[in-house]
Amino acid sequence: MSILSLQSVSKSFGALTVTDDASFDVPQGQALGIIGPNGAGKSTLFNLITGNLRSDAGSIHFEGRDVTRVSAMERCLTGIGRSFQIPQPFEKLTVYENLLVAATHGRNLSERAVRDDCADVLERTELLRRANTPAGQLSLLERKRLELARAMATQPKLLLLDEIAGGLTEGECQALIRTIKDIHAQGVTIIWIEHVLHALTSVVERLLVLDFGKVIGLGEPDEIMASREVQEIYLGIEV
Amino acid sequence: MSYTVTTQTSASRVAAIAGAIGIVVLIALPFFAGRGTIQDMFFILTMLVLAQFWNLLAGYGGLVSIGQQAFVGMGAYAMFGVVILMGFDPVPSILLGGVAALIVAVPTAFFAFRLNGAYFAIGTWVIAEVVRLLVAQWKTLGGGTGTSLPRDATRDMWFVELIQDMLGVRSAAARDILAYWLALILALATIGGIYWLLRTRRGLALAAVRDNTEAAKSVGVDAGRMKWIVFLTSAFGTGLAGALIYMQKARISPDAAFSVTDWTAYVIFIVVIGGIGTIEGPILGVLVFFALQSLLADFGSWYLMTLGVLAIVIMLVAPRGLWGLVSERTGLHLFPIRRTLSGGKLTSSED
Repeated sequence: MSILSLQSVSKSFGALTVTDDASFDVPQGQALGIIGPNGAGKSTLFNLITGNLRSDAGSIHFEGRDVTRVSAMERCLTGIGRSFQIPQPFEKLTVYENLLVAATHGRNLSERAVRDDCADVLERTELLRRANTPAGQLSLLERKRLELARAMATQPKLLLLDEIAGGLTEGECQALIRTIKDIHAQGVTIIWIEHVLHALTSVVERLLVLDFGKVIGLGEPDEIMASREVQEIYLGIEV
Repeated sequence: MSYTVTTQTSASRVAAIAGAIGIVVLIALPFFAGRGTIQDMFFILTMLVLAQFWNLLAGYGGLVSIGQQAFVGMGAYAMFGVVILMGFDPVPSILLGGVAALIVAVPTAFFAFRLNGAYFAIGTWVIAEVVRLLVAQWKTLGGGTGTSLPRDATRDMWFVELIQDMLGVRSAAARDILAYWLALILALATIGGIYWLLRTRRGLALAAVRDNTEAAKSVGVDAGRMKWIVFLTSAFGTGLAGALIYMQKARISPDAAFSVTDWTAYVIFIVVIGGIGTIEGPILGVLVFFALQSLLADFGSWYLMTLGVLAIVIMLVAPRGLWGLVSERTGLHLFPIRRTLSGGKLTSSED
């Protein structure tokens, strides 16, 4: 059964079409990678799925329910969690409080009820020793981890990661991959936009290629990476 | 070992004890202070209430309103209205003043929430001017020139006779003492209520919306509802303060009750110099404001210019206000809201 289903979703900003008739399904429990050149509309596609933007046409179903017109807040409550490409921490709150906001509101529980779960997420994302540090004081890696941790604190069924490995050193990247694999192993469906291809292909089972807002390829990672269109359009290689 | 969360610090426990002693002294103040002191304290307490609510709006909710005089004026006029037209006692009518401000706040929010940032600020000001012009048409309440509370309404006000007997003072002094005690109750309830709100998960949501609205929505925070809660709460509290201020003055006019200088500009000054986004800031700010006013009251427009220059200097030198300077240097928080996680694996990893 597919947890997420997009049918002919389109979005334009004025004359610029950023999502062009996108249709695809994500089976429950799968990890899907999204690649495409800069400006291909990857982050816009994410914003449409999370409800931070509204689509102009088409429909989006989550767990069989039509969520096309549902707000970002409610989509979070139904189980869609996300990280932002540019980390968006609540700067004046501590790391632990960032997770508390997400857990108490995303799961509609009291602070007391989510305390141990938040500490557990902090431990799994290796942020526990920074729990009481204001988020504004974190390093880039820690901010990226906080994006992941805050999304996890809402206990999403579907987790959307937007270039979470970008800008990290090789060692940091490996550590982050381990954390994401761990989350995936627990049955969370993942959609991951990433330019760091080796990080992406070490986790995902399927790849989707986006160019000029159109889905131009969807399939096994090896198959997609070897295809002529991807080589030409995405990697810019003359074949 | 399991995890625990604390917000208290040793400094905040000391502050709580000192605060409790302070409250006892303030309650007992009319027994040993003169009428002038009581009137000064009334002014300080009511300005503090206005400042706390503006701080809740702007400092926590990110809603920079310059139209709070709409709610001061509406609260005051509604109180005068029910006293003069319906013969109510002024004391319970204060509550109706708060309700009237709340009612005006609903359509105000409906329009103003379509605007953001500076547009929101100007929008609230415009709406306040519209409310002032409408109230000035209300002929039974004196139109543009205003009116006074009827003499028998102020003389027979609840509790006044009791205070006269208890303290052995004249009726006018007893009315000031009554107003002072009501202002004290309102100020304590305001500070207590705001502190309580900030310590609940709604308070966390408020901070999250202030720091990053889009991210807050994405973790399930109802940002729109938080704005409504903050705006309506502030309007109600500001309306109560307005009604109380004009119960003590016993004379009202549209220009005074809807004055942008008295009820919004001074209030912003208090919050900005004290420290926006903290409960301590407005408390410190109102004391500084009162001291400046006492020192400079005889200098006319030089007084306003001094306030302006001082506000600019403090914004440049200490953008987080005087309390920001104090807490930066000392790490002191009298009303701590930060949730500190300890215990569990945190303890063992720190060893």
